[in-house]
Amino acid sequence: MAATIGRFIIEYFRWIKGIALLFYNILYWIFVGPFKGKAAHRQSIFQQMVFVGLHSVVIVFFVDIFTGIVMAMQTAYQLQRMGAVLYVASLVAVSLCRELSPVLTALVVAGRAGSAIAAELGTMKVTEQIEALETMAINPIRFLAVPRFLALAIMLPCLTVLGNISGIIGGFIVGTGSLHINPDLYMQTTFKYLELKDIYTGLIKAIVFGILIAIICCYEGLYTKGGAEGVGRATTRSVVASFIAVILADCVITGIFFFSKS
Amino acid sequence: MSAIDQKNEPIISLRNVTKIFGDKTIINNVSLDIFRGETFVIMGCSGSGKSTLLRLITGALRPDNGNVLIRGKDIARISVDELEEVKRSFGMLFQYSALLDSLTVEENIALPLREHTKLADDIIKIIIKLKLSLVGLRGYESHYPSQISGGMKKRVGLARAIALDPDIVFYDEPTSGLDPVVGGAIDKLIKDLSTKLTITSVVITHDMQSVFGIADRIAMVHKGEIVEIGTRDEIKNSSNATIQQFIHGSPVGPIDFFKEDIGIAEALGL
Repeated sequence: MAATIGRFIIEYFRWIKGIALLFYNILYWIFVGPFKGKAAHRQSIFQQMVFVGLHSVVIVFFVDIFTGIVMAMQTAYQLQRMGAVLYVASLVAVSLCRELSPVLTALVVAGRAGSAIAAELGTMKVTEQIEALETMAINPIRFLAVPRFLALAIMLPCLTVLGNISGIIGGFIVGTGSLHINPDLYMQTTFKYLELKDIYTGLIKAIVFGILIAIICCYEGLYTKGGAEGVGRATTRSVVASFIAVILADCVITGIFFFSKS
Repeated sequence: MSAIDQKNEPIISLRNVTKIFGDKTIINNVSLDIFRGETFVIMGCSGSGKSTLLRLITGALRPDNGNVLIRGKDIARISVDELEEVKRSFGMLFQYSALLDSLTVEENIALPLREHTKLADDIIKIIIKLKLSLVGLRGYESHYPSQISGGMKKRVGLARAIALDPDIVFYDEPTSGLDPVVGGAIDKLIKDLSTKLTITSVVITHDMQSVFGIADRIAMVHKGEIVEIGTRDEIKNSSNATIQQFIHGSPVGPIDFFKEDIGIAEALGL
């Protein structure tokens, strides 16, 4: 029993070390590589941005609009008792921008794009494609991980903005349609209590989540072992680890914002 | 013997190379020289250590002991940049071709050119056409690896391996998994490339037909050690029992097929 726990802890620290090393290498290739004449390809960064960002638009839109709708209905249920139904608007907007939209978008992207990244890189690893790159003196981190990293770090905040807007639309539908709040008043109340800070803290979260998802999924992919089964395992692990990392990071960042205020 | 000049400096030489994985010695004190322009075949059974030997030569693995010298430079002791430089003079054909699935045939061959040269796109296009016609695959530029057969993939892999006009090309089991006709065609390509472009070829294989078809010199590897190095005829007429067993594919001989050093009763703990 003790041996099993010990082995688990050692494995865990080895994993953390691997992730940290990959992060270091990615940063090296982003910031130092270009000065050595070896930048990542703009074209493949763009391709990854389309895959991660543009192809996630529909699912992010639907997830956040329905979250907005549900949020509006649930808060209205409480606020009706106090006769403060109008504040549904600001509650929905603030909680979406600060918390729900960044987290939900990150989870959606981790499930959709992160798993695909792990599966693709994992398949490349087990079919010798990564080794082929190394033999051709092409660094796999620069060639494969950097474009995915940049794409996720850039596109996740963009998707979060989209999520914010669709969530507010969801709230607006319930607020005006079912709670009979005047549309102009609804929008006024939304922006009256929504500060710029609410939006940018959400976006900072989104950038951190994007970075975490990218490193974890690239790591699981690049270090896949053991054939088709290994690719399956890497894909599952990448999604599970990304989810945990996103929630954990959310807790930490919210804590930092919360306690640094006072 | 063909165009080999034995007085040449060896282009690749291994000096007392040893590689250990865990507590298993995979390569044990191997020394060999490969000369410019020759086709050198490393043959041996599965698990004999020949793939490990190739990875040591290409710099994918570092030896635990001994030196691997490419053009006189010890590749375990040079900087990362220098190693990249050396790697750029290599071409390698992988056992399963290892083409990038997400790129077309054309983009696969263009990859080393785009990465390591500053050639203009139209010149790269011309080079791709040249390399594809060398392997007999003109017209397949826009196909994806999943759309072509195994033999064609090998040929595309070969075109990619020679894209940068390397002076050394490594072949990892070039004919495995191919039918005899395609296998023969690949052998002919290897031979053609080495004579037309004076490429040094290092081939790893256990396909005997291929070995005697292309080799200038042959090294037989068994249990991580070199059994014998010699020309085609020297190996064919070797008196070594291991080599004769390997050539004729006989199940009885010094190469033990079954592990029988542990009795069944012993294994069951009786």
